[in-house]
Amino acid sequence: MSEAISEPVIALGRGARSLRRLLREPLGAFGLFLVVAVIGAAVFADLLASADPSRISPRDRFMPPGAEHLLGTDQLGRDLFSRVLHGGRIALTVALGSTGVSLLIGIALGLISGYGPRWLDNVLILLFDAIKSFPTVMLALAFVTLFGPSLTAVVVVVIIINVPGYARIIRTQTIALKNAEFVTAAQSMGASTARILRVHVLPNVIGPILILASMDIPVVIAIEAGMSFLGLGVRPPTPSWGAILNDGFASIRESVWIVVAGGIPIILTTLGFTFLGETLRDVFDPRLKAR
Amino acid sequence: MSDVVVKVEDVEVAFSVGRIGRRSSILGVAGVSFEVRRGETFAIVGESGSGKTTLARAINRLRPVSRGAITFEGRRIESLDRQAMKPLRRRMSMMFQDPVGSLSPRMTVGDLVAEPYRIHGLERRNIQEETARLLSLVGLSQDFAHRYPHQLSGGQARRVGVARAIALDPVLVIADEPTAGLDVSVQGEVLNLLNDLRERLGLAMVIITHNLHVVRHVADRMAVMYLGRFVETGETEAIFDAPAHPYTAALLSANPEPDPDTARDRISLPAEVPSLLARPEGCEFHTRCPWVRDICKTTPPPCSSVEHRVLTCHFPLARGERPPERTG
Amino acid sequence: MPVLSVTGLNVRFSTEDGSVHALKDVSFDVPERRIVGVVGESGCGKSTLINAILGLLAKNGEVSKGSILFQGDRDLTKLGATEMRALRGEEIATVFQDPMGALNPVFSVGQQMVNVQYRSGLSKAEKRKRASEMLKQVRIPDAEAALSRYPYEFSGGMTQRIAIAMALMMEPALLIADEPTTALDATLEVATIELLQELQVKIGCSVLFISHHLGVVAELCEDVVVMYAGEVVERGTVRQVFNDPRHPYTVRLLECDPARQKKRMRHLPTIPGEIPDLRARPEGCIFAPRCHRRFGACANTPPDMETGTGHVARCFLADQPEPVGAQG
Repeated sequence: MSEAISEPVIALGRGARSLRRLLREPLGAFGLFLVVAVIGAAVFADLLASADPSRISPRDRFMPPGAEHLLGTDQLGRDLFSRVLHGGRIALTVALGSTGVSLLIGIALGLISGYGPRWLDNVLILLFDAIKSFPTVMLALAFVTLFGPSLTAVVVVVIIINVPGYARIIRTQTIALKNAEFVTAAQSMGASTARILRVHVLPNVIGPILILASMDIPVVIAIEAGMSFLGLGVRPPTPSWGAILNDGFASIRESVWIVVAGGIPIILTTLGFTFLGETLRDVFDPRLKAR
Repeated sequence: MSDVVVKVEDVEVAFSVGRIGRRSSILGVAGVSFEVRRGETFAIVGESGSGKTTLARAINRLRPVSRGAITFEGRRIESLDRQAMKPLRRRMSMMFQDPVGSLSPRMTVGDLVAEPYRIHGLERRNIQEETARLLSLVGLSQDFAHRYPHQLSGGQARRVGVARAIALDPVLVIADEPTAGLDVSVQGEVLNLLNDLRERLGLAMVIITHNLHVVRHVADRMAVMYLGRFVETGETEAIFDAPAHPYTAALLSANPEPDPDTARDRISLPAEVPSLLARPEGCEFHTRCPWVRDICKTTPPPCSSVEHRVLTCHFPLARGERPPERTG
Repeated sequence: MPVLSVTGLNVRFSTEDGSVHALKDVSFDVPERRIVGVVGESGCGKSTLINAILGLLAKNGEVSKGSILFQGDRDLTKLGATEMRALRGEEIATVFQDPMGALNPVFSVGQQMVNVQYRSGLSKAEKRKRASEMLKQVRIPDAEAALSRYPYEFSGGMTQRIAIAMALMMEPALLIADEPTTALDATLEVATIELLQELQVKIGCSVLFISHHLGVVAELCEDVVVMYAGEVVERGTVRQVFNDPRHPYTVRLLECDPARQKKRMRHLPTIPGEIPDLRARPEGCIFAPRCHRRFGACANTPPDMETGTGHVARCFLADQPEPVGAQG
């Protein structure tokens, strides 16, 4: 009874199409370039910078940038270029790792809160708001006082700060979808709650939060740098952008290059992720565009 | 009578409304009874707010039933829990109003059609083969399997909905406004498909609709719903031929026909549909009934059964009876 | 002199996948004091047509050819944004499918009805009086009190009537009604049509009535324009088009309407095939791929053939009609 309806569908993959649109935006292309460059530099740090980032060489203190030390050396004669690249590893590990974990927890709690019973929703919302009401710095200080400064401390603080925001967004979207016909249809087919959430709800709510998370990455990098700068994060001699900045700040009278070396990567990474995130948002969800 | 697939007896569905502290409950469905047999199509007709969708969802156990009994294949299901319902969901399926909106937007047609198998853990059957069989059954070519709902027209999306509804060989299909959102030239396609499947697979079908023209062509029996109750139930042809309840008569006459020369002697209904929060006394239709008499305002009409017709009216209409002339 | 005269209108949208030729050589008139219906299924270009008339085409759309003359002297395709704004609401009013979308939820009905008269120069009290008179005309009970209520306090049928009252407040020369009854139940739909008819006579405006519902158009309109895939395939008086359709698409569309089939039929007629992809508009007759009367000449663009006074069909075979029901 059917005549095969076969209009030619040039189903250009959603991904490829979005990438094309992303690259067409100058800011988006620039952001993507910066992000790729920063990640690449961190991943291939060993190849790009042959010097050991922790090797102290008192004779070469405060050297300006030159052929041997691309960004000069710090107050202990360590190669700043190498420290910056290796510091990028720390920054990105913290940023990506903690954002990833916050996403996982936030999404799970948001789905439960949005789809589950009303009382559970109320309890979770209360919890989210309570956490959100702590100032970030206070939370970090309290945490470090209790457990001591470490990379883990930074990661845990970032997760605690980020989860409520992500969970709230997922919750709102889940509530909006809860009574959508395709969800009711899944119920009528006998799908379990877990399956409804995983297969029918999650794919429809995850887009905006990923964009949001990509815009949060510079914030996390700033938190890591800030905490390390204050001596609450990464312990020396591990290289970290925040720690480099701190070193530079202490010896700014001797050399400005240390501050420059610590500051530039933070600026570039922040710009890169921000541009990328904002363009992604415009491409995927033009409604959010603030005009 | 073993060929009765589903039997609904005096079913009520209550909603609670109002704020905390002042909560009250209203009846979306207020005591409805009917049964549907194998190979039969039963249509429930009503305007928006009549409770027809609520009733459909109650039968499918997507809404709790506050009173009455639903018997599905000889088994009482109105108070089964989710676990106990799950195997029964293979035997009854439901199609929802919005052809595209009832399909998960991020799933391909292939995945959508295979979803019932996955839900019920029937993956040992060759899903690919089943999907192909279902798509061809509803007249979609195989390359549709890779498309997403937003790439489908209303008619194509509806076909996917049909394929999914019959995936697990149900005995009962409940279709909520199967032609909603479809163009006239496509409506026929979907109705023909449903009819075809009903005949071939011996399905029992419940069609919920506000479109009387559709009912005439597809339903064996029909019920007219008003404020959560059936006011008239019977053979479709008999009702179209001679509606006995004033509301049925008014609904039938309110159908604009695509013929500029047709005689239009319309029964116009004054006033708006009353709120469920304040159901009228006596006959609930009396506020809008052109034939209203004093008794209608005080005494609810009994449920009478004449010649395969069940209706609730004090003064059933004679064939073609016109409303009395009114002064003022 | 017609109120609105559309001649050879072409609209194109530039998209990522190339140019979409959304309207092709659309011509028709809306004569003074007449109700003209535009019928067509989804994708026929009804919305694009309205937006082109109102000067509200999306940014990527443009009128590439043709003119829209309003009252014989002003070409709407050439007017500036300020002039268009002055025209809209005052001389051309619009009623949409969703009345809730047309009314601002945070203002009372009275405030909004007073606001639309901001150009009239009347005093506030006079404006309010006119508003309540207008509400009475659209049969809103207790019009005076209704003025101080908010849109959400009215039912769907009432909000649509309020939207109509607001549109007609300034006694426009042309009312564009875009599927105004589609969201309403049959009984309300009929009431709304009757109301529109009555008000049109009273105010003496012309109406361009867009609908996919053949029955409503047959009942309400005097002239009808049938659109398919962005082209006007047939136009004429309602009697000409509905009783003696000359374009195969019109013939098939009328056949498909289940309301036209008085006898119960289990197999309903359909129009096989799909609307062509307008990104690559096929050469020749736009309906040819789905047409049962297709022959060699259809590879060329058919002319607009006039088969009776004002009865025009874009088909080579327009002068050789087929009886309705000969197919299927």
